[in-house]
Amino acid sequence: MIRAIRACKTAAEERAVVRKECGAIRASINEDDLDYRHRNLAKLMFIQMLGYPTHFGQMECLKLIASTGFPEKRIGYLGLMLLLDERQEVLMLVTNSLKQDLNHSNQYIVGLALCALGNICSAEMARDLAPEVERLLQFRDPNIRKKAALCSIRIIKKVPDLAENFINCAASLLKEKHHGVLITGVQLCADLCKFSSEALEYFRKKCTEGLVRTLRDIVNSPYSPEYDISGITDPYLHIRLLKLLRILGQGDADASDRMTDILAQVATKTESNKNAGNAILYECVETIMSIEDYGGLRVLAINILGKFLSNRDNNIRYVALNMLMRATTLDAQTVQRHRATILDCVKDSDASIRKRALELLYLLVNENNVKPLIKELIEYLEVSDQEFKGDLTAKICSLVEKFSSEKIWYIDQMLKVLSEAGNFVKDEVWHALIVVISNASDLHGYTVRALYRAFLTSTEQETLVRVAVWCIGEYGDMLVNNVGMLDIEDPLTVTECDAVDAVEVAIKRHTSDLTTKAMALIALLKLSSRFPFYSERIKGIIVQNKGNLVLELQQRSIEFNRILQKHQKIRSALVERIPVLDEATFSGRRAGSLPTAISTSSGAPSNLPNGIAKPATAPIPDLLDLSSDDVPAPSSSGGDFPQDLLGVDLSPTPAPSGAGKPPNASTDVLLDLLSIGTSLPVQTGLSASDILSSSQDDKAPFANFNGLASLSSLSANATSPANAAPMMDLSDGHGSGPQKPEENGQAYPSLVAYESSSLRVMFNFSKQPGSPQTTLIQATFTNLSSNVYNDFLFQTAVPKFLQLHLDPASSNTLPASGDGSITQNLKVTNSQHGKVCLLSLINVYVMNSESEILARESFIIYVFYFQKSLVMRVRIAYKTNNKDVLEERQINNFPQNL
Amino acid sequence: MGIRFILMVNKQGQTRLAQYYEWLTLEERRALEGEIVRKCLARNEQQCSFVEHRNYKIVYRRYASLFFLVGVDNDENELAILEFIHLLVETMDRHFGNVCELDIMFHLEKAHFMLEEMVMNGSIVETSKANILSPIQLMDKAS
Repeated sequence: MIRAIRACKTAAEERAVVRKECGAIRASINEDDLDYRHRNLAKLMFIQMLGYPTHFGQMECLKLIASTGFPEKRIGYLGLMLLLDERQEVLMLVTNSLKQDLNHSNQYIVGLALCALGNICSAEMARDLAPEVERLLQFRDPNIRKKAALCSIRIIKKVPDLAENFINCAASLLKEKHHGVLITGVQLCADLCKFSSEALEYFRKKCTEGLVRTLRDIVNSPYSPEYDISGITDPYLHIRLLKLLRILGQGDADASDRMTDILAQVATKTESNKNAGNAILYECVETIMSIEDYGGLRVLAINILGKFLSNRDNNIRYVALNMLMRATTLDAQTVQRHRATILDCVKDSDASIRKRALELLYLLVNENNVKPLIKELIEYLEVSDQEFKGDLTAKICSLVEKFSSEKIWYIDQMLKVLSEAGNFVKDEVWHALIVVISNASDLHGYTVRALYRAFLTSTEQETLVRVAVWCIGEYGDMLVNNVGMLDIEDPLTVTECDAVDAVEVAIKRHTSDLTTKAMALIALLKLSSRFPFYSERIKGIIVQNKGNLVLELQQRSIEFNRILQKHQKIRSALVERIPVLDEATFSGRRAGSLPTAISTSSGAPSNLPNGIAKPATAPIPDLLDLSSDDVPAPSSSGGDFPQDLLGVDLSPTPAPSGAGKPPNASTDVLLDLLSIGTSLPVQTGLSASDILSSSQDDKAPFANFNGLASLSSLSANATSPANAAPMMDLSDGHGSGPQKPEENGQAYPSLVAYESSSLRVMFNFSKQPGSPQTTLIQATFTNLSSNVYNDFLFQTAVPKFLQLHLDPASSNTLPASGDGSITQNLKVTNSQHGKVCLLSLINVYVMNSESEILARESFIIYVFYFQKSLVMRVRIAYKTNNKDVLEERQINNFPQNL
Repeated sequence: MGIRFILMVNKQGQTRLAQYYEWLTLEERRALEGEIVRKCLARNEQQCSFVEHRNYKIVYRRYASLFFLVGVDNDENELAILEFIHLLVETMDRHFGNVCELDIMFHLEKAHFMLEEMVMNGSIVETSKANILSPIQLMDKAS
């Protein structure tokens, strides 16, 4: 059969042969052909090795095991070990045969049974057969003892509480002379130590001396041909002994002390010109590193590793790197001495060695050596092969970020990485770079010029193109006017035309992906305002993309075209430089991300591209709602993210800055918005309203707003009630003027905040005496359906002028059919309580999915608006019948004057 | 546990012997063998004999057309395993007399018996060639 399979040229032929053979074996099994049984099984093993199912042979194994002849049993057990595993129920049937064989008079059969038990024993079998194995540990034949020892390892692994039964037997095994018994006994002890601290203590006290003596005997033993491997007696036993000593010495100074002599002897005496010797040295070094010793031994160990490292054999170098990595935590200083060699290893041709060396080097970098090392690594990046570049860039980027003392150095290094291996740079890395660039206001000019230069030389690296395009868009004027020239720079003459060219190249590159193209479009829009002279040409480029197949780009180019054509007045404000991005928030976002991600399945039409759309007549109320409500802050009890979001104090500030500069606070707002944005495909982010003293009404921009409103996820809720509500507010305001703070303790009617066929949410209100701005809300959730809701989660978002504090809910399981309820307390502070708002400045940020701000618009709204009433968006998520359900609603029918 | 599996694979990537000391389904085994063999066979003589794969290491050694691949835990002594592979080959040599791929194919069960004597449940049992071979020779004589 094997010949037939070997003769097969294709996989199909092989399958056919195997099928035929399997058929024959099955037939033979059915005939109960005793003579062929073991041959069948041997064939099955081969078939199984080739990866074909052989379950039908399992019963055959059992029959063979139960037979009396040794050869039959032999092959039966082999089949058992190969074809079966501990998870199959058939195995239970073997337990009895095993038990019989363990008590068999023939020691070979006992050995077989032990071997099988050691390989496939399950927890039940372990319990059943442990006494037999324990007895066999004292069997007269060493071959059985050694197998019993290994069998015990399996047993204590399966059933750790049996461990203590074996401690004494194991200790006696250590006194053996037979190598096989010794090596297995040592392993058994090592495993016992792992499972039971009691055993560890016992061996530490009683056996350390003995082990040291055994090791010494072996080290000094005369030549014994049976166990000799290249001049060393049984290196495996050496290694096992050293391993056990390591376990015993770890964390115990006394035991460590007792073994130092022998370790020193092994470390100095072992020959290192053969693999076996090196294996021992390697193990010895590892033991020295782990035990409690700070003296000369460690120096010795690291010196051995240094010798390893300079070895020509790659295997030895590999293990040396491996070991040094562990050594860095103990003695970084000594390891530093080998830095140059390690750096060479990073450049090795062998992938395994490179990977190890890079990881080691990564640990070795500190403030003092970061600059030369990074320089070396970046130089190597140029010549390294493709599959290694990913790892290398990730490590370089992370190091550069970690140790960047000066921004200019950071930017320089990152630019080098981008131009060498930009395609391997992860998104968050170049996002971080942009944040840093944006923060380094004195380096804007320098950066954009450097990027421009890099861009001209290599357009192959996607991320380089992105960052370059972004910077040209933002700081294009600096590029042309050579603003902020540093001494170290070469002078560079770039015309406005060149800058536009560069972006045009980026957008027309075939390899550019969607993100790059979108960023290029935005850059163009920005440039059109920076370089009014080239406005027409830019418009031309943008118009070319109007027919783009990608909806996103198409829509954007149409929108931008409109801005260029019809909204010249607002354009410059629209494409202002984006405010400095906040590093802290960014890094926080990277680290923690959102406590609750907004799932995109909310059903809200929020993925429509942001834009500027059709005019409308009376959008003021919408605007107000929008400015505040449209910030869907995800919040969950326990997460402090909402605080972060709402923590921005947006109480009325007289903003004298006018429409041009955004108030400082909005940076925070912005970034928080960005963090929300990441989970939405495209978002329309809006920052909150600020109050101006007075200004003129400007009707034009309102037209743009309605578009936003209709895009927003709130549109359905917002438009109709909002149209009416603020009007009421308006008249209210006119009528009564600014209201006095409410009397404390006033009773408010409770409110059915939300009711659907499956769920009802009731709000009960109360005020704390002395703080009229704060309202305590007790939310009560009642389940109206007949199914239990699990993982119930109530989230809420409020406009900026409100501050919200959510207490944990009373439970997260909601019983069915109104049979019990969950309550959750909310504390809402209304910063606009009793305030007079005459006029609002609203900053609207339009962002893309990359959280980049496409545009900002500032609008001044002329409105008499007195107290703002509460509004809240709630989102309820729960599981019922194993299905996730998500309900969302805006609540704006709160009682007045809260 | 130490050793997780021992594979013998020829130059064409066909498995000639497979012994696992942890449970994997047939599909997993095939996938694993495919991945490892591709990784190891692509390496040249000068490169080191250790490859990291998923969460363990593979120590391999080539003898003529046959690759011996041993998957071990991360804290295992790689050099020792390398030496162990050599011991395994020497043992087979002693039994078959200059072992080759065909010997292992046609005497699969014997190869397994030897392995069984040397490794049990992922740990090395016996390193003396005479001790390893004695039960096998005994059985040969009996049959």
